[in-house]
Amino acid sequence: MREQILTFLEKNSKIDLQELAIMLGSSEAVIANEVAKMEEERVICGYHTLIDWEKTSSEKITALIEVRVTPQRGQGFDSIAERIYNYPEVQSLYLISGAYDLLVILQGKTLREVSSFVSDKLSTLDSVLSTATHFILKKYKDYGTILGKKATDERMLVTP
Amino acid sequence: MRNPLSEKVVAIKPSGIRKFFDIASEMEDVISLGVGEPDFDTPWHVRDEGIYSLEKGRTFYTSNSGLKELREEISRYLERRYQLKYDPIHEILVTVGGSEGIDIALRAMLDPGDEVLIPEPCYVSYLPCVVLADGVPVTIELKEENQFRLTKEELLEKITDKTKMLVLPFPNNPTGAVLRREDLEAIAEVVIEKDLFVLSDEIYSELTYGEDHVSIASLPGMWERTLTINGFSKSYAMTGWRLGYICGSRAIVEQMTKIHQFAIMCAPTTAQYAAVEALRNGDGDVAMMREAYNQRRRFLMHEFERMGLKCFEPFGAFYVFPSIKEFGLSSDEFAMRLLEEEHVAVVPGTAFGECGEGFLRISYAYSIEALKAALARIERFIGRLRAQR
Repeated sequence: MREQILTFLEKNSKIDLQELAIMLGSSEAVIANEVAKMEEERVICGYHTLIDWEKTSSEKITALIEVRVTPQRGQGFDSIAERIYNYPEVQSLYLISGAYDLLVILQGKTLREVSSFVSDKLSTLDSVLSTATHFILKKYKDYGTILGKKATDERMLVTP
Repeated sequence: MRNPLSEKVVAIKPSGIRKFFDIASEMEDVISLGVGEPDFDTPWHVRDEGIYSLEKGRTFYTSNSGLKELREEISRYLERRYQLKYDPIHEILVTVGGSEGIDIALRAMLDPGDEVLIPEPCYVSYLPCVVLADGVPVTIELKEENQFRLTKEELLEKITDKTKMLVLPFPNNPTGAVLRREDLEAIAEVVIEKDLFVLSDEIYSELTYGEDHVSIASLPGMWERTLTINGFSKSYAMTGWRLGYICGSRAIVEQMTKIHQFAIMCAPTTAQYAAVEALRNGDGDVAMMREAYNQRRRFLMHEFERMGLKCFEPFGAFYVFPSIKEFGLSSDEFAMRLLEEEHVAVVPGTAFGECGEGFLRISYAYSIEALKAALARIERFIGRLRAQR
């Protein structure tokens, strides 16, 4: 049941819980209770909106920054990660296997803002060995959703 | 000039769906719940395999009965899902949709005057195909109080000395009815006793929402009496690829292959390569779509109940078959007015046989949003009808 609820909410957090209950063959009270529990347990960590910022007048730049770091004794990567994710401009931070250690996803207003974050804040941290910054030029698909495209029904209107 | 046409063909009634299609096509903002095919796109990995086969230049005929690797996958699939054993070399024929299977089975098995039992309401092809094969269609009227299942008594009542075959279209289009194992066992008993054959159209077999589908050929004594039709259209959302298959004993498959060979040659090659991928790696897609249909089914049933529209709960395919008898209109009138006044297209039950009078076929192969919008219009419409009465 939990997994089914989450599958729905992941795609549409605005879904009406009563409707969801009908579709899952359950009752609204049961679903609401389960959702509340999952919020409490931090299984559900928040509800966000997927925005295609390109369609707005607002200027935003997203960068992916690969960071190589020296892990610290007794702490591994956790303490350096914390120092990085506490910056509000950091949208996401992942520990990665392979050629580098941390992937920082950063959102800024201008190129200058992003580059000054990298040069002034990120690179100057003691355990950071190197960084490589990639700017996102276009988002085609985000969080499982193809951006900008509206699905049309191409079927014939009536068929046997 | 002589009459250029065959009397047999001219006598066949055109499908009752056509006029709704023509009117709906002229409308700007029509919401249709009248479609008999999935709303999902074919899963990408399946489409990709089709594209790849084209890139590789696999654009030639396949063998008449279909790609060997596809028949092997079909054989494995039928055993895995329905405990059916068919030899891929002699007992499986890949066809152009399930539709071709219906046609060639009847043509291979009927002699003039042979009677074929067709439970109605049902898909529109069986009856004309029996006529085209020089058989005599004998319809059995299924009843709402039996949840549109075929009972032993109804079957026995229509059997004569000339009866040769029974068409068994379950899960059913248009009613959504399914037959459970015990229903099939009762039917099998009659079929064996009366020495009949069964044409079992199981194209919706993956879309059941309670117990798993049971194939009648898997019951004792039924394998040699059954032709099993299935395909990719509904389960893998592949209607436009035109690919199905028919399985049965070697003697019958051989004769059907002759017709197929001379009339069709082989099923589309690209579709066959894509279908191999669907059978190998498509179980997850089928489960995802089944779950989505089930959710919509529950939603629709709940809404009908709320509106006070009488409807038995169907457990298969993607149709509901609500009764509109309370409004005192024929199915045709109701559907036509609903289309004209609220721009919602549904199919009158009579398109699937006379005993569909008083019912509508509503498809839930639509997104919840589309269903909601259509239901709001239907509710307004029946509210008006009730106020007028």
